[in-house]
Amino acid sequence: MDIILQQLVNGLTLGSVYGLIAIGYTMVYGIIGMINFAHGDVYMVSSYLTAIAIALLSYFGLESFPIIIFGTLIFTIVVTGAYGWVIERVAYRPLRNSSRLAVLISAIGMSLILQNYVQIAQGARQQGVPTMLTGAIRLDIGDGFVQITYMKLFILFVAFLGMGVLTYIIQKTKLGRMCRATQQDRKMASILGINTDRIISAVFVIGATMAALAGVLITLDYGAFDFYVGFIIGIKAFTAAVLGGIGSLPGAMLGGVILGLSEALFAGLISSDYKDVFSFSLLVIILIFRPSGLLGKPEVEKV
Amino acid sequence: MSQENILEVKNLVMHFGGIKALNDVTFDIKRGSVSALIGPNGAGKTTVFNCLTGFYKATGGSIMLHAGGKSTSVVKVLGQKFSAADFTSPVRLIERIKYKMFGGSHLVNRAGLARTFQNIRLFKEMSVVENLLVAQHMLANRSMVSGILNTASFKKAEEEALQRAFYWLEVVHLTEFSNRLAGELSYGQQRRLEIARAMCTNPEIICLDEPAAGLNPSETEALASMIRVLRDNHNTTVLLIEHDMGMVMNISDYIVVLDHGEVIAKGGPDDIKTNPKVIAAYLGAEEGEEVSL
Repeated sequence: MDIILQQLVNGLTLGSVYGLIAIGYTMVYGIIGMINFAHGDVYMVSSYLTAIAIALLSYFGLESFPIIIFGTLIFTIVVTGAYGWVIERVAYRPLRNSSRLAVLISAIGMSLILQNYVQIAQGARQQGVPTMLTGAIRLDIGDGFVQITYMKLFILFVAFLGMGVLTYIIQKTKLGRMCRATQQDRKMASILGINTDRIISAVFVIGATMAALAGVLITLDYGAFDFYVGFIIGIKAFTAAVLGGIGSLPGAMLGGVILGLSEALFAGLISSDYKDVFSFSLLVIILIFRPSGLLGKPEVEKV
Repeated sequence: MSQENILEVKNLVMHFGGIKALNDVTFDIKRGSVSALIGPNGAGKTTVFNCLTGFYKATGGSIMLHAGGKSTSVVKVLGQKFSAADFTSPVRLIERIKYKMFGGSHLVNRAGLARTFQNIRLFKEMSVVENLLVAQHMLANRSMVSGILNTASFKKAEEEALQRAFYWLEVVHLTEFSNRLAGELSYGQQRRLEIARAMCTNPEIICLDEPAAGLNPSETEALASMIRVLRDNHNTTVLLIEHDMGMVMNISDYIVVLDHGEVIAKGGPDDIKTNPKVIAAYLGAEEGEEVSL
């Protein structure tokens, strides 16, 4: 019983972070129909930026947790957003009217460039950040107990806050309206005077900021990272996006949470060695019975 | 703006590979008129529209739009290929690079031209009123930051946009459907909504691609009177493609007839009705044979 509860908590935190990264995949897919394979590496870059921000802040003698976390978030989000913008501008926009395959190759190339650039600039060894937030809530249940660290609570809070703010922006603001219009019919949006190139840039920046949020949270929790962390978490987040229905924003969040929960439960109850096998099998099963994902709409041929 | 013509199309050429869809099309549209573009299927009418609105980049020729107090070259704002002459004049070169980088079909709409489509292209998963709001983003406060922060000036701009949206909903008789999804509306309602959405961009000229297709006679009648309202009450020039000859002859001041990518006749409805070339091309009848349009 206590193991199940403990794994539920762990899974929820992990899942909310998957959801944050999956947002970047799903929004980009929705708007230009490509899989941004460099997105996992944008996350990886944000891990390094987190460490840089913490180092900078402590160099200037700012040691209290709220200031460090706030400063780190702002710095990482802004710089990672700039990375997202530059990647779109350099690697994808020149290929806007080429075949989808060309953009896909470009994305893989961008991913390799980011990995190697970070490897050369920061070294290949694993890096780390100190633990910032210590302490935990301990709940006694029967014979055992469930431990929820403050860091996990913080992750949950920030991740869901981020998703909430994003949902508000997409559903209620003018920028969101323009994003949705561009997603549904890019040519038509352009004919109504919407600068669709700028909207696509905005979507890449939004995706990158969400990855940055995830990067800060995970880095602060785990402490360790290297230039290759983006790959596996990127694949997991992509799985989450497909699971929820790629192109659907609530789908990405739901897919992330489901993937995180099921992975944690499987690891806790059956075998942690096979947790990746389990999560990808889950993807296969869902795709067999619901090819468009949980919340995705079935593909309709445009007239 | 004293320019008599709102739109001047000169020697427009459009090739798709080896197919010449348009071959030297020239016509002018007078400010404040209702003009029609007619011709048999495959004559290139929709291709002309696609060139006008920046949907296609014309292969050759010029399209000048005189609206909003200035003249815009539709071909130029889409970003043309560099030519040798550009490198002799820095001004031209800079202009060319600017449109290469920032140009696009959104600039055509911003210059004052709106259009609707033969196959309706609404944002089907957005509500009716959202379809109209999204078209107005140029008129309201544009800043993304103030949009996200929801400042007072932004709220006021949103309020105005909403009022304008409901004004147009009233014109097209869709007020009661404002919160329905656009995809749920009936065919005729979707057509009207598309016109309302195009009008929300505050254009000086609106291009309607077969607005009466699929409408029953009474709906067509209502559409014709709506087009007159657009011209008379909103000073909008209307250019339409239409197959319903009754309606075309009834509302148009000026008609351009296309066949095989060439203009074969232009003039008032009465001239066109009796033009033997038009009758031959349009109805496939022999010249001199008694046919009434």
